[in-house]
Amino acid sequence: MIEVKNLKKQFDDVEVLKGISTVFESGKTNLIIGQSGSGKTVFLKCMTGLIIPTSGEIFFDGRDVVKFSYEQRQQIRGEIGTVFQGSALFDSMTVLENVRFPLEMFSNVSLKEMNKRSEEVLERVNLTPESFHKFPSEISGGMQKRVAIARAIVNKPKYLFADEPNSGLDPKTSMVIDKLLHELTVEYNTTTIINTHDMNSVMEIGETIVFLKDGYKEWDGDKNEILTADNESVIDFVYSSKLFTKLRDVLLKEKQNK
Amino acid sequence: MREVYDLGMSSVGIVAFISLFMGAVTAIQMAQNFQGADIPVPNYYVSYATKVVLILEFSPTIISLILAGKVGSYIASSIGTMRVTEQIDALDVMGINSPSFLVMPKVIATIFFNPILIMISIAMGLLGGYLIGEATQMWSQSDYITGLQMPMATRLFVYTFVKTVCFAFVIATVPAYYGYNVKGGSLEVGRSSTAAVVWTSVILIILNLVLTQTILS
Repeated sequence: MIEVKNLKKQFDDVEVLKGISTVFESGKTNLIIGQSGSGKTVFLKCMTGLIIPTSGEIFFDGRDVVKFSYEQRQQIRGEIGTVFQGSALFDSMTVLENVRFPLEMFSNVSLKEMNKRSEEVLERVNLTPESFHKFPSEISGGMQKRVAIARAIVNKPKYLFADEPNSGLDPKTSMVIDKLLHELTVEYNTTTIINTHDMNSVMEIGETIVFLKDGYKEWDGDKNEILTADNESVIDFVYSSKLFTKLRDVLLKEKQNK
Repeated sequence: MREVYDLGMSSVGIVAFISLFMGAVTAIQMAQNFQGADIPVPNYYVSYATKVVLILEFSPTIISLILAGKVGSYIASSIGTMRVTEQIDALDVMGINSPSFLVMPKVIATIFFNPILIMISIAMGLLGGYLIGEATQMWSQSDYITGLQMPMATRLFVYTFVKTVCFAFVIATVPAYYGYNVKGGSLEVGRSSTAAVVWTSVILIILNLVLTQTILS
């Protein structure tokens, strides 16, 4: 479980996060949603330790990581897996080498065992052995995302972060990635936090949803509550497409009839 | 080993090519100058002077400037691309000291291979002088070899070696700094790569003067 208390982040004169407090539960896919520029990525980077917050507390299962020393922070990073927006695979390494890399850094097992574990997770994310020795530039965007997920989970992390894992992917591949992240969350009982502005993802895997606007937490709930939420900003965000606007009308009628 | 190839081995061809022709040109210029001198200068001084020019200045400094362009832009753009594609963030989030992980192998590879490249450059330059002498018959083979065998002070070799190692350090670190601190996208990577080459060259030129004054005076 990750608990955030009154988190603030300021860059020069610009306050990007203005006191966010929320809880992300383990074994669930927790989504952070909001429009571009709402502070989602900065919030995620504060939790992964890539950005030091100006003030506030972040508890990883009761441990306040903001107050951690450099050594403690390095140690907890072994418990974190991150999937970046652009996959962030190392260009000079093959698919297998990319996935093996965290094991090389954090474990003392033999090369044979590292390869075995890497191949296991690559198969778990539905990649075939033919792709194991290809370079990232030789595989599709969807496959790159799967490799990034495999690299993030190879160390069996307790906390899994994904920054817009569906960006640049077609709806069908996006759904596959969403399902995969959800399955892995349940399988490894990780605290998974996903940044997204994709409503398909919200409806597919949004077990807990935090909606950010202008650096504030504007609303929280789950995928069942979001469609009938009465918050104006959430309505603006969710019903920005005609399809969802029509869906809202149907749902509100159903609600009134009940 | 990959760094040694990318930063060293891949430069052998261009260094050898440039040095071969520059050695030949230097030898011709020396011969022309000596022929026009008021006092007669023996022909074996052509190769001696060529050797001194190559060892003291051309190979360590000019080749380092060329490497600042070739290797420097490679380092700045490769690290810069890693920055804008979040590969460095991926290293940081894994708890890896990214500056050390990315820059140290490049510094070691460059410091290890730069002296080898400079030695290749000196050898190819001297070969260029020899071959042009054979082709033009401006000086004899035996004169050229006699000149090459004339001794040089040890401190001149020390001076060249110190320059080579210091320049290698600059060639690896300055572009790495520019690449590591890129903010933005591909346009900024290009800009940082250009800035890296410019500033590496400026620092090399200034450092050349400082080291020359410090060691030789």
